[in-house]
Amino acid sequence: MSLADLTIAEAGKQLRSGQATSVDLLEAVIERASFTEAQLHCYLTIDHEGARKAAESADRELAAGTDRGPLHGIPLALKDNFCTRGMTTTCSSQILAGYVPPYDATVVSRLRSGGAVIVGKTNLDEFAMGSSTENSAFGPTRNPWDPERVPGGSSGGSAAAVAVGSALGGFGSDTGGSIRQPASLCGVVGFKPTYGLVSRYGLVAFASSLDQIGPLARNVGDALTLFEAVAGHDPLDSTSYPGPVPEMRSDLEAGPKGIRVGVVTELSGEGYEPAVSTAMAEMLNRLAADGAELVEVSLPTFELALSCYYLIAPAEASANLARFDGVRYGLRVDGETVEEMMARTRAEGFGPEVIRRILLGTYSLSAGYYDAFYGQANRLRTKLIREIAEVHERVDVLVSPTSPTVAFELGAKTQDPLAMYLSDVCTIPADLAGTPAISVPVGLDHQGLPIGLQVMAPALGEAVMFRMARAVEERAGFTARPAMAGLPT
Amino acid sequence: MSTWEPVIGIEVHVELGTASKMFCGCPVVFGDQPNTAVCPTCLGLPGALPVTNGTAIEWLARIGLALHCRIAPFSVFHRKNYFYADVPKNYQISQFDLPVCVDGWLDVTADGEEIRVGIERAHMEEDTGKSLHQGSGGRIHAATSTLLDFNRSGVPLVEIVSRPDLRSAAQARAYAQDLRALVAELGVSDARMEEGSIRFDANVSVRPVSTKELGTKVEIKNMNSFRSLERAIGSEIDRQIGVLEDGGAVIQETRHWDEEVGATKGMRTKEGSSDYRYFTEPDLVPLEMPASTVERIRTDLPELPADRRHRFGQLGLDSHLVNVLSGSDPDLRRVFDEAVALGADPVISANWITGEVTAVFRRAEASKAEVRIRGSDLAELVMMVKQGTLSSSAAKEALSGVMAGEGSPREVAEARDLVQVSDEGLIGAAIDQVLAANAEAIERLRGGEEKVLGFLVGQVMRATGGKADPKLVNALLRQRIT
Repeated sequence: MSLADLTIAEAGKQLRSGQATSVDLLEAVIERASFTEAQLHCYLTIDHEGARKAAESADRELAAGTDRGPLHGIPLALKDNFCTRGMTTTCSSQILAGYVPPYDATVVSRLRSGGAVIVGKTNLDEFAMGSSTENSAFGPTRNPWDPERVPGGSSGGSAAAVAVGSALGGFGSDTGGSIRQPASLCGVVGFKPTYGLVSRYGLVAFASSLDQIGPLARNVGDALTLFEAVAGHDPLDSTSYPGPVPEMRSDLEAGPKGIRVGVVTELSGEGYEPAVSTAMAEMLNRLAADGAELVEVSLPTFELALSCYYLIAPAEASANLARFDGVRYGLRVDGETVEEMMARTRAEGFGPEVIRRILLGTYSLSAGYYDAFYGQANRLRTKLIREIAEVHERVDVLVSPTSPTVAFELGAKTQDPLAMYLSDVCTIPADLAGTPAISVPVGLDHQGLPIGLQVMAPALGEAVMFRMARAVEERAGFTARPAMAGLPT
Repeated sequence: MSTWEPVIGIEVHVELGTASKMFCGCPVVFGDQPNTAVCPTCLGLPGALPVTNGTAIEWLARIGLALHCRIAPFSVFHRKNYFYADVPKNYQISQFDLPVCVDGWLDVTADGEEIRVGIERAHMEEDTGKSLHQGSGGRIHAATSTLLDFNRSGVPLVEIVSRPDLRSAAQARAYAQDLRALVAELGVSDARMEEGSIRFDANVSVRPVSTKELGTKVEIKNMNSFRSLERAIGSEIDRQIGVLEDGGAVIQETRHWDEEVGATKGMRTKEGSSDYRYFTEPDLVPLEMPASTVERIRTDLPELPADRRHRFGQLGLDSHLVNVLSGSDPDLRRVFDEAVALGADPVISANWITGEVTAVFRRAEASKAEVRIRGSDLAELVMMVKQGTLSSSAAKEALSGVMAGEGSPREVAEARDLVQVSDEGLIGAAIDQVLAANAEAIERLRGGEEKVLGFLVGQVMRATGGKADPKLVNALLRQRIT
């Protein structure tokens, strides 16, 4: 087995026992990438040289007895909407092609000081708007389980890289499901934390009230490790949670006994592939057999969550993306006047989905429409938050499929934005509510495509969420890897 | 003219002089090298986030309390969306329906009449960068290129919006001047019009006298002095009346004041009313200001100009003296207050402060000399004059000694031998001496030649070395002769 196929926990052990060096780990994932990138296109940038230096430094430090913790020397992939000092950050957009930030996002600086090795920057739907990574100005990423299919999105590059072994772990951002849905489609674990637990400073904003950074990993334990390395208050992000990060390890292995599991009625039925529904039902049976208490719960506002999301997220995006105007950085397409230059730059620099959402958002904020659209969506959001809080008086966690379908074929939904938007129907509620949610792979369908189960918890309920996720993982026994991951090294 | 009534409201922007900017740690500077006081946040770089400057919010509350506003326990930042090259995010973080300060007032005296100007709101926002249009005398339309300086971007900016309570250009000017004085007094801003750290825009409309309905308003910008503010409003009032009397209609628009031409000019903008698509700033949490903080800020407020004028009036100062003293140097006003507290006569003290003390102070300031005078010095000086120990001319000399640091008025008077002789025995002896030597003069005086008394007084003064109290000399002479 290649070092590229190790979990972070295993790789950490090998580093500390001297079986492998950080440079060995890095070279293994780079070599894996050299076989898979041509087909999958997980990365927009591979910083072999910078990563090599970081790995060498990590090895020297470890040899000298300096251990920066569980990510010391571990090669990781970062979504290309995290600002990385000295390394291009494009958000998969022409408007930021070649843009090199002068500073590191808080998450990036925390990873660097934790000794992590940043392999490169991964592909995404432009500005994180999409569910298939097809909306990238630099070409789509493909699913390692079936390269004819999409990896999900928008963090498809990170999810596919972790799945195929071109990184041992990765990070993405989740605004409407952009970590969990690709995790589900790529057969890895993807976790979106409680809003505010991870700093957004340096994450190029899509929808500020929804955006949250989280990990993608090969198992629940690694996801927790990655999360712990970046979580916690950041004075540079006013929306960052000022209290302590929940303690999540002590009950991690406590099992499902006594946990009240709410099964969300609204996230089932029509539109859900039978294999997905069956996989979930089987898992629920096993959990119940081991002492979990299953409760059917109804959250009627979930039915409206998608509409609510497509008013709020584009509205915020319309302002967040206004700064890309050709004046100070990024693409500039000249014009006769400043206004014309700005308009041309934006028309040429943004792709069609981004333009669609900017228009949607501008419209929903406009005088005369605000109350009916943006205002109404916010009232609905408040209702949803209340509904979730109420249901958690009766249940500890909520479960649902992460995605109604397994990975779909490239191009299958690109002509039908609404069908594409429906990919996130299960993941959006947790974003709107700011609550934690995780996707755990539970099996493969008849075509050999991964299926994910989503576990949601109340705000700051990460401990019970991880405990449940671990119980699911243990019972699923999901060890399958995409065939491409078995390539020689 | 008398058939039309102008209705004027003023919007004031005040740049706060906090150490750092509104939403980042960059210093607030003026006149530095362009683009040196900048960071990812105030340049609007991708991924950067704002963090609220708590001091700026407290200073805004300080302004609000001085304007008798209610301070909202809970207020919210909004994004104001518009594309402009020197607005780095293409939205400005501002406040919309939940500002920090609401519903206040400021009393202003104009043309001898006191009016109460309502304050609708005072809110917090961030300043923009500066556009420097090249090759066009600073005008955008003829510019060949534009340079951008973001040092000002993100400087805390307070917007104070008055109600349309002003009825003349002179009232508007008085309001602007008093507001500027107030802001300066609070120590929250340089409030320098020429540096743009305080900026005034005016909303002007006219309506037929004794009607209630407001006319169409026009916003005027680009006034660089109080004088130009007054001229611009006056000229705009005349323009609107002209339009209406010609049977035309005033168009709602923004007009620029052209100082050279002496008229306002339309800005050729397409905007009817701009749609800024305000929405809650999701990068910031709501501001909370507990009552205890408001009370602390209220307790820390200095005496406000209007309150001080009122207090001076109650001390018996006439309006001229109130005005001059109010405009005096704050240190000299403190000397006045201390002297009065020690029992000195307020009117006499005020005359000293606004007259001789200020004169010496200015001379000393010009020569950068150190000036020393305490309230107790002024009180002593006033007392010595009242008691006749110092003549008024001797008192001036004593004062200059005091201010040169030679000691208290009494010490200076003694050292410089300025004390008046009021001892009847001493003066009497001198008179006897003078009378003995001027028998002829006495006869002439007795004969009704009054002017001879002056001559005799002069002789006595000379005999006492000029230190005798002339009033006493006069009285004693008459006693002896009649």
